[in-house]
Amino acid sequence: MHSEEQTLALREQFDTAAQQRDASTLGMWIFLITEVMFFGGMFLAYSIYRGKYPDVFAVASSSLNVYIGAANTVVLLCSSFTMVMAVRASQLGKRSGIIFWLILTLILGMTFLGVKAFEWNEKFEMHHVPGMAGFHLDGVGTSQGPASIFFSLYFAMTGLHAMHMVVGVGILTMLIFQAKAGKFSAEYWTPVDISGLYWHFVDIVWIFLFPLLYLIDRHLK
Amino acid sequence: MITAAVQQRENYLNSSYGLKSWLLTKDHKRIALLYFATITLFFFIGGIFATLIRIELVTPESDLVSAETYNKLFTMHGVIMVFFFLVPSIPATLGNFFLPIMIGARDLAFPKINLLSWYLLIIGGALAFFAMFAGGVDTGWTFYTPYSTSYSNTWVIATALGIFVAGFSSILTGLNFIVTVHRMRAPGMTFFRMPLFVWANYATALIQVLGTPVLAVTLVLVFCERLLHIGIFDPALGGDPVLFQHLFWFYSHPAVYIMVLPGMGVISELVSTFSRKPVYGYGMIAASSLSIAVIGFLVWGHHLFVSTQSVYAGMVFSFLSYFVAIPSAIKVFNWTATLYKGSISFETPMLYAFGFIGLFTIGGLTGLFLASLGLDVHVTDTYFVIAHFHYVMVGGTIMAYMGGLHYWWPKMTGRMYPDGWAKLSAGITFLGFNLTFFPQFILGYLGMPRRYAAYPPEFQVLHVLSSAGASVLAVGYLIPAIYFAWSLKYGPIAGANPWGATGLEWKTSSPPPTHNFDEIPIVTHEAYDYTTVEAEVA
Repeated sequence: MHSEEQTLALREQFDTAAQQRDASTLGMWIFLITEVMFFGGMFLAYSIYRGKYPDVFAVASSSLNVYIGAANTVVLLCSSFTMVMAVRASQLGKRSGIIFWLILTLILGMTFLGVKAFEWNEKFEMHHVPGMAGFHLDGVGTSQGPASIFFSLYFAMTGLHAMHMVVGVGILTMLIFQAKAGKFSAEYWTPVDISGLYWHFVDIVWIFLFPLLYLIDRHLK
Repeated sequence: MITAAVQQRENYLNSSYGLKSWLLTKDHKRIALLYFATITLFFFIGGIFATLIRIELVTPESDLVSAETYNKLFTMHGVIMVFFFLVPSIPATLGNFFLPIMIGARDLAFPKINLLSWYLLIIGGALAFFAMFAGGVDTGWTFYTPYSTSYSNTWVIATALGIFVAGFSSILTGLNFIVTVHRMRAPGMTFFRMPLFVWANYATALIQVLGTPVLAVTLVLVFCERLLHIGIFDPALGGDPVLFQHLFWFYSHPAVYIMVLPGMGVISELVSTFSRKPVYGYGMIAASSLSIAVIGFLVWGHHLFVSTQSVYAGMVFSFLSYFVAIPSAIKVFNWTATLYKGSISFETPMLYAFGFIGLFTIGGLTGLFLASLGLDVHVTDTYFVIAHFHYVMVGGTIMAYMGGLHYWWPKMTGRMYPDGWAKLSAGITFLGFNLTFFPQFILGYLGMPRRYAAYPPEFQVLHVLSSAGASVLAVGYLIPAIYFAWSLKYGPIAGANPWGATGLEWKTSSPPPTHNFDEIPIVTHEAYDYTTVEAEVA
């Protein structure tokens, strides 16, 4: 019937716009808590095996390219900044501002994913992909099993993170189109706001992944 | 007359017609009925597997089915019953229907997500069905590694993927409930005026949201390990299969409380209504739901007493497991204290409530046997464990679910069920249940291990008793299926408040209008205040 108005206006189960916004925001925070638990399982597995095989993990970790990882961290941190600016623009009802900052966020997100793809490709070339024939890591002797576990966790954790980035890129694209269609105003900016929460969460996951995977051998030396 | 007026009134069932109006509905009440139909199907399919198991166990030899087939039967019984029936059972049907009404809301906070969660359950169920028809799975519902990841030649991934998807259904329901309870309460409906059923579902939602993602990530690791043999759970590569058990039970023990807490919430409603007294110690029952949710996360290690866990960890987990008994006992004592000097009426829902209190108490107390280190070593993986958790899950949760269904059936459908048949089948269920599962305590104590198709002849008497009980129990479930269906068309018309109960769901018509209330109520009283109901009736 009037789907466009319905999405803009107050949905029928709510009494006030503030109630609707609060509900959406709380919903996103709870979703992010489930995400913490989701990633938590992998962080737990990582912690246990790192405790069990510290030397192998140190060697395996130092085979990763720390400079590329660091560069990607900077890219993601910048994207969080541009996301905040997009949220701010939406709260002020500046349509062109929203679009500008969202596109910038999108570009940074894609950059991160591109660099990640390059890094993964490198692993294939170096035979550092667990489960593939000819897996081998130099410098750990016969401990190829634990090395395989390190790279399994590396792929599982960065892969899961990248999947969240891909979803994030999809959300950003959708938001850009919606912003172009004039869906957001100073009164209605909840989708931009809660998508921002999601984006920052994915960013923070990387902030933990980067030191765990790339930097752990530093203190052992 | 009144009945004619009720019949013609516009409600959520007659406001629109057609398949599309159901499959694309955003009304929490219709989604609850979609869930109800779905999980009823799952329940009877899981029941068929149970029937086959019990028939096989009538004789000591594995003669009806081979040992391999038997492995698949108990696995699929467990998978269907736990993940596709018990976990969604009360929250997704009764909770979905009544949680918003009980707090005076027009709907859940996110109706579309609510519908999505039903579709996720359907997709998960379809995957599990596919695995069943393609050849089944034989790992046990626990998917222990390295058997599930390296050795089993059955449909592990399809089944686990089904559970993975259904898990997101559970997460989204939990998320929806939490936000709804926090943001959608009617004016005057403070947290401590909420009915205890809402508290129980709220506590359940917390577990769903915090626990289920851990199961999801565990299953992801199982997929990777099984597909690529990357070593996470494979001792040959330095991995640790026990890590799987820790991760699995970190979800699956709290999942026990996902399954039983909503049932406890139902019982609080039933005991109060049919004693016509406010629940004794309302605050303590509400708090005990939350503390069960919290402590439930700290006891998973009692599943690993014989899995190379250190004895000190075992002692801590043993202590914490005893600790859960405190909030559980608070509930049982408070329900019985509510009965004291109450004006008790023995309606069908109350019969189920009595059944719950007795059977859950046995299930809970035998849980303490299992929580004690020495005794657990003796009965680990025996029928004692089977009997224990069936007393909690079937004697507890399903009793409460049946009680809740009877209690709220007039509200959901506008029709009463046939009382005589209902009381009869409540009795049959209780008898059949005890005959099925009590012998299993003895079997287990005598040393009958779980998951075997064949057994020594001296156990046959007890196994035959159990199988006989199972057929009685099946009758107890089939009769309600028939008369509930019958009552949809022929049941006597129910008024708005057939039980003289408190609670906002009884303040609106039966069945409720699409937006639950013609006018959002303003709450001025505590929950279970019978003086207001008496004023209305008088």
